[in-house]
Amino acid sequence: MADQTFPIPGTLDASRSRGAALLEWLHSWVVTVDHKKLGILYIVYALFFLLVGGVEALVIRIQLAIPHNHFVSPELYNEMFTMHGTTMVFLVGMTFVFGFANYLVPLMIGARDMAFPRLNAFSFWMTAFGGLLLYFSFIGGFGLYGMGSAPDVGWWAYAPLTAKAFSPGHNTDYWALALIVAGFGTLGTAINVIATIISMRCRGMTLFRMPLFVWLMLVVSSLTLITITPLTAAQIMLIIDRYLGGHFFDTQAGGSAVVWMHFFWIFGHPEVYVLVLPAFAIANEIIPVFSRKAIFGYPAMVSASVAISFVSLTVWAHHMFTVGMTSVSNAFFVLSTMMVGIPTGIKIFNWVATMWGGKIRFATPMLFCTAFVVQFLVAGLTGIMLSVAPWNWQLHNSYFVIAHFHYVLVGAIVFCIFAAIYYWFPKVTGRMLSEKLGKWHFWLFFIGFHVTFDTMHFVGILGMPRSIYTFEPDRGWNTLNMIISAGGIIQAIAVLIFVWNMIDSYLHGPIAGNDPWDAWTLEWSTPSPPPSYNFATDPVVHSRRPLWDLKHPNDPDWKYER
Amino acid sequence: MSTIPIFADENWRLPSRGRVAMLSLIIGESAIFTIFVVAYVYYIGRSTFGPTPQILDVPWFNTVCLLSSSISILFAEHAIEHGRIRAFGAWWALTMLLGIVFLAGTAIEWKRLIYTDGLSIRTNLFGTTFYSLVGLHATHVVVGLVMLSLVMIFTLFGRVDRRHAERIQVLSLYWHFVDAVWVVVFTVVYLVGR
Amino acid sequence: MQRQRSLSLTRSRIFVLALVCVCTFPAFAQGQQTMPGILAPASTPAHEIYVLSQFVLLITGAIFVVVAGLLAFVIIKFRARGSDGEHEPAQIYGSTQVELAWTVIPVLIVVVLFLTTARIIFAIQDAPEPHSALDVTVVGHQFWWEFRYPKFGIVTANELHLPVSTPSAPQPTYLQLLSADVDHSFWVPQLGGKTDLIPNHPNEMWFDPQRPGLYLGQCAQFCGIEHAKMLIRVYVDTPDEFAAWVKAQQQPFAQPDAQNTAVSAGRRVFETEACVNCHTIYGTAAKGTFGPDLTHLMSRATIAAGIAPNTPENLRSWIQDPNTLKPGALMPAMQLSDHETDEVVAYLTTLH
Repeated sequence: MADQTFPIPGTLDASRSRGAALLEWLHSWVVTVDHKKLGILYIVYALFFLLVGGVEALVIRIQLAIPHNHFVSPELYNEMFTMHGTTMVFLVGMTFVFGFANYLVPLMIGARDMAFPRLNAFSFWMTAFGGLLLYFSFIGGFGLYGMGSAPDVGWWAYAPLTAKAFSPGHNTDYWALALIVAGFGTLGTAINVIATIISMRCRGMTLFRMPLFVWLMLVVSSLTLITITPLTAAQIMLIIDRYLGGHFFDTQAGGSAVVWMHFFWIFGHPEVYVLVLPAFAIANEIIPVFSRKAIFGYPAMVSASVAISFVSLTVWAHHMFTVGMTSVSNAFFVLSTMMVGIPTGIKIFNWVATMWGGKIRFATPMLFCTAFVVQFLVAGLTGIMLSVAPWNWQLHNSYFVIAHFHYVLVGAIVFCIFAAIYYWFPKVTGRMLSEKLGKWHFWLFFIGFHVTFDTMHFVGILGMPRSIYTFEPDRGWNTLNMIISAGGIIQAIAVLIFVWNMIDSYLHGPIAGNDPWDAWTLEWSTPSPPPSYNFATDPVVHSRRPLWDLKHPNDPDWKYER
Repeated sequence: MSTIPIFADENWRLPSRGRVAMLSLIIGESAIFTIFVVAYVYYIGRSTFGPTPQILDVPWFNTVCLLSSSISILFAEHAIEHGRIRAFGAWWALTMLLGIVFLAGTAIEWKRLIYTDGLSIRTNLFGTTFYSLVGLHATHVVVGLVMLSLVMIFTLFGRVDRRHAERIQVLSLYWHFVDAVWVVVFTVVYLVGR
Repeated sequence: MQRQRSLSLTRSRIFVLALVCVCTFPAFAQGQQTMPGILAPASTPAHEIYVLSQFVLLITGAIFVVVAGLLAFVIIKFRARGSDGEHEPAQIYGSTQVELAWTVIPVLIVVVLFLTTARIIFAIQDAPEPHSALDVTVVGHQFWWEFRYPKFGIVTANELHLPVSTPSAPQPTYLQLLSADVDHSFWVPQLGGKTDLIPNHPNEMWFDPQRPGLYLGQCAQFCGIEHAKMLIRVYVDTPDEFAAWVKAQQQPFAQPDAQNTAVSAGRRVFETEACVNCHTIYGTAAKGTFGPDLTHLMSRATIAAGIAPNTPENLRSWIQDPNTLKPGALMPAMQLSDHETDEVVAYLTTLH
């Protein structure tokens, strides 16, 4: 058992009582410092909160299915959209990012574990506890009989609504404290990932021979260092205002509500790149393998990713075009936002070029990645539309913006997360997920996603603002909202099929073997699941695709790579 | 072009993970301090009432102490690299002493500000930004001192030797960072802001 | 294999359908003049934005067609066929010329888009205020709008009256935007983009409505529990209608027929209960400013920031307990007896 991360069902040692064995198994998960187990913990945590956040979204959509609905009270609705956003960004997005990074980076660079295994464990539990603190808020205040004290100020928590005067309960405090705690965990893992990638690559793996997944995790972790920290700083300021009588955002004492906005979006915008770059990382691994071709333009992909991370630090005030900045400031942020579209577009072209001339197998991971490319294209284009400041003055805070960012968060990121799970589940568990259920999952989710989020663009153009618990029936939004809500139900069914697929395949799926997809990076050279020490001997690599070299000794990559 | 940086296969040497991690931590912490400094600078002169920065006395002595501690810790690093543990212990203790003097000086300054000048974190916007920024720095000094005292205790028990030079250097990086932040805070609060 | 082929074709059809929808929607939305959408601009800023948006849509639409078309082509042409055998396809690692081309072209597109956008930004934001402009001060409250006309000495709430501005007789309205509490945002899509109301941070916006009529909008920055019910009604009047409205609003409270005891009783209740702490009725003892000015309450079509028609029944419900119409509104339930409520309603319904 010592070299398995999972007990294979049916092979538990029958001489000990099952209870004792179960306790020992659970204990091993709580005290583990193995990057693979921590990666799985992160991902299971993220999947759980994906379902919770999804339920919150369904509550929102049921309330908005018809005008003047009374499904939930205004208080609960405001908590729902705040918690939905906060959960999805911090407890689902970030945890998936670091879960995948944790599991895959050491395997892909030929290392035994992360640079700092105990810091790794500490960081996971900090993040996990932050999430639990956030959800504890539901039973704070008047608890389940009232609406609890869950945060209700929007996930952006603008001042001065968050001041004690306007939010006297503990809702805002749970938001700030939970995220500060989770933020420390995030910082720890980011530091760990950077140190691992810089300092623990196997022999021959220069920076420009790393898989693009690893490159992107390096970029993401570096960006995280200077992205999460401004939010932590701003939240400390908020707590000083609320509890120590501070005046950072006290507009009556010289403080400024706009300063909160700047600090929040200096975090908020790079944060969405922290969330989307891993989606690119996943696509960079899956698209080549299923097109049977090397990624087109590896150096450009690296440069584009680095460029995106730098430029993303200069665009934040495109969330603030309506705040009353000068025309020159507005123009600057229009330019910087449009500029970030250039390296992003280059990546899309590179993916299409990778598929060009290939032999594309549309297994489930590739279905999700293909949809990702189209959806990310649309998301980028609506982003360009939103970057046009005068048009933004109409579209800001409308459902058009919600449609745009859900196209990124769901259409790009969640689709890639599903792709990644279908792709690496065999490596993690040793069993294949069902292709048949996978296709049902994909098509239902694809259809539901488009029914909801395509329609949402139009209801935004027709003037429907966001963050409203109900709307008037004479504005022309009724049918569109009903359609949007229906799409949500379809997506929910798809996700349930996915959950069933994971459970059933873990128990009964076909055995995967080391390399079910005929792929080329180092993780596919280990058994599935890998032993706790990953590699029996330290690998040595000579190109970007070490397994391609092994499988094609007459035609190895190192002869052709630029 | 597939080798950046260039490493020959025989000599596969990568940067030490301790150093990389500490540098990454410093970058993250710098971002936090930057936000507090930006808030401080933006809010200069915007308090609508209450004491102004003119009431501040420039803490020259404290600053000299803290910056000297960077020099003494440098000597400590050299000492342990060459295995001179007793010298290392002495320099390390001096570093800690200078750090403690700095904190004591800050405490004295704050006592005067609070009780004589009537400036607290809640008095006005200046009070809020001042105590937050200087306090955040002081907190980092405290954390640094805790780490330094751990090393001091291990040294006194004879557990520290030349093998630990690398780790000492990584910890010193943190201490140098704290001093560098003070240079910025000092300039912004006591020179520019007044 | 056939199934995979039809799946790819279905996908291509979905792209085309989506594209068609995006391109044709503006056409059939044009007819919806009465729907408060961005697509039916009735004022210069809204119109400039609309034209700009069409240009941007054209460019982004073209990009979508090209890239999605390429992708659709790739999916169909390069999918694996059973007859392929074991050979891997040719491994292409990159191409400097191609990569340069698809870097340069986006840069050019960005330059064009940026210059076009910057021009409109300056045209709208930095437009100098003409002498003929009407000044209105908007103060955002949780959860209602205060409108002040400084030159006319008028204070009203939630329903804004503006003069129409024609090319021959231009009279744009310049709004100064302030907030009494948290952040709000003033958004009437047909008249212009939105601008935020931020405490201690005055903002300005302008528009020149070209057609008389009623334009709907609402608060567009989450401001608390009843953000959803902070609606705006803008009545654009002909010059004569506007002048008449101003004149009527300038009149102080008109002492009604003294015979009507219910009305005078109602006034007494109003002025002795806490109502006067929050409300003003110009010309009486009521001088509170925390809540909307009620001097000409009956000149408004709705109450509670647009969410209920201004009828005696709704007034009654509102006064008894605002939470029945707007749970979380900052006006407390006044704890009046039924009789007193009737009297107050009788009084309020004389405030034309």
